[in-house]
Amino acid sequence: MTEQSGSESGPAHKTLEIGMALLIGVFGLVVIFGSLKAGINWGAEGPRAGFFPFYVGAAIVGASAINLWSARRHDDGRLFAEWGQLRQVMSVVVPTAIYVGSMPFIGLYVSSMVFIAWFMRWLGGYRWLTVAAVAVGMPVVTYLVFERWFLVPLPKGPLEEWLGL
Amino acid sequence: MEELANLFHGFAVALQPYNIMLMIIGITLGVIIGVLPGLGGANGVAILLPLTFSMPPTSAIIMLSCIYWGALFGGAITSILFNIPGEPWSVATTFDGYPMAQQGRPGEALTAAFTSSFVGALFAVIMITLVAPLVAGFALRFGPAEKFAVYFLAFCSFVGLSKEPPFKTIAAMMMGFALAAVGLDSITGQLRLTFGVTELLNGFDFLIAVIGLFGIGEILLTMEEGLAFRGGNASINLRVVLQTWRELPAYWMTSLRSCLIGCWMGVTPAGATPASFMSYGIAKRLARRGNNFGKGEIEGVIAPETAAHAAGTSALLPMLSLGVPGSPTAAVLLGGLLIWGLQPGPMLFVEQKEFVWGLIASMYLGNLAGLIVVLTCVPIFAAILRVPFGIIAPLILVLCAIGAYSVHNSTFDVMLMLVFGVLGYLLKKCNYPLAPLVLAIVLGDKAEEAFRQSLLGSQGSLGVFFSNGLVSTIMALGLVALFWSAIQEGYSRLRMSMA
Repeated sequence: MTEQSGSESGPAHKTLEIGMALLIGVFGLVVIFGSLKAGINWGAEGPRAGFFPFYVGAAIVGASAINLWSARRHDDGRLFAEWGQLRQVMSVVVPTAIYVGSMPFIGLYVSSMVFIAWFMRWLGGYRWLTVAAVAVGMPVVTYLVFERWFLVPLPKGPLEEWLGL
Repeated sequence: MEELANLFHGFAVALQPYNIMLMIIGITLGVIIGVLPGLGGANGVAILLPLTFSMPPTSAIIMLSCIYWGALFGGAITSILFNIPGEPWSVATTFDGYPMAQQGRPGEALTAAFTSSFVGALFAVIMITLVAPLVAGFALRFGPAEKFAVYFLAFCSFVGLSKEPPFKTIAAMMMGFALAAVGLDSITGQLRLTFGVTELLNGFDFLIAVIGLFGIGEILLTMEEGLAFRGGNASINLRVVLQTWRELPAYWMTSLRSCLIGCWMGVTPAGATPASFMSYGIAKRLARRGNNFGKGEIEGVIAPETAAHAAGTSALLPMLSLGVPGSPTAAVLLGGLLIWGLQPGPMLFVEQKEFVWGLIASMYLGNLAGLIVVLTCVPIFAAILRVPFGIIAPLILVLCAIGAYSVHNSTFDVMLMLVFGVLGYLLKKCNYPLAPLVLAIVLGDKAEEAFRQSLLGSQGSLGVFFSNGLVSTIMALGLVALFWSAIQEGYSRLRMSMA
């Protein structure tokens, strides 16, 4: 469902509003289901574990129903965002997902270096020298501040093991 | 008089060289956080929280609260010089601050903003000093029903006072409660809502949510808008500062009014952002030169800045005395208290005198230090903004990941942070408020505990929440706050039909 507004197109705001209300509503149903499994009535020790979340879930479903109703009623023809803007957003989300997903295997330092370098080179268009300086500098500073100064351990991979850090 | 002695003892704690050093570091980091897009008070404090695990609690809270003051100061710099509010509460400052900068009066606008911030904060700290021990003493007599009533009031105020549609506020808040309920039930020891996923045994940590919702979400929003900074140079010299200071006392009425608005909005969890807008709106209506507002009127900078800083500071009053934070950043600080092994709430004033009064004393000193730092270092902070977003953004994302990881040393949390980030972006775009969601994650367990304990005492009768004068009053106030927008609408309709 796309709408034309001016020169650029993109998904309608209304569509996203409806989608969001539905998503939250489904979340509410999951909460209700989970609460029922935990028990929502009174046990020997008073209200059981599902008692409170059950009503929370019910409130989520109720509020979402009203939000859904008002989202369907209002339509100002506004765009949620232009496709170009969404592409910008995705160009951050996807690499960040890869960065986060690779962290358990290659450690935080190596993945951060690759991520920063990728971001600066492809999205920022910087010279390799600048890219290398920041991409190597930041993890080194992080290592010194977090692990050496404040003694907070960060995830490490094969490279750090090989270096004996 | 006992309070005065406690306060002096607090100053002695805050004035230790180690704590003064942390104070300056905190303020500087805070201003940088406030200036940078994508890093705000709440997630800035959340990311740096793990660094304080090994510190004594008093030093830790001094550093973290100073980051908060710094962020409050920092928001004004970008608003005035670049017309980009670094923080939501400095949006109202752009209305008159940016025109002033364009007219070649940036120094005047910045001095007015910083000084008003300081005045607002000072007013709020004095109020905290005088009122917090009384509130805490009063709250010591609270049973579980009264405790729940206070939470009820806090959350209802969100629904009534926020500018977002009430049912979106309720939906966001209840999601927070649901996320807080996941994992081990603290009363029965039973697992719930985990659906067999072992990573969820300990539930969702609100720090992860804060870093994702506010940090990653904000970066995504910024990416969408595309960044181009156009801004003038900033330089403040002593002459401009002194000249502006000579002008400011003429606006004492605006300042006082803004202080009161700010304190009120800060104590009720409406927060700094609505306070700044409200104060700006009222000043515009009442000022002699109200028609000139928006064209570079100094009063239009004083009003929102004073109120925002007063609100931001007084948000710590309910956090300290009742254990109910008045803003997301106060909520993160409260989470810190729990991590350092302190129980937030009225007992702090009895059991942890040194901590409480050290913090209050550091609020006086921290804001003074903040004023000096921002007045002298504006050009340096403005220069940070000229570092292009292409470099800043990946660094902030990496910092968020580090912050999320170090909360529990878990890479699962880092993935969760990204999920929260995308969710935050969507929620914000669809006009769902994030603050009640975060506060509900923080307070969910405690609210539920109070609710269930009161029901246990009353054998399941809801009448316990109206069983005595005190609890009924708080509950009634909560109900009024909950239906506030409906009441207002009904009242204006009634007036319309009368006229």
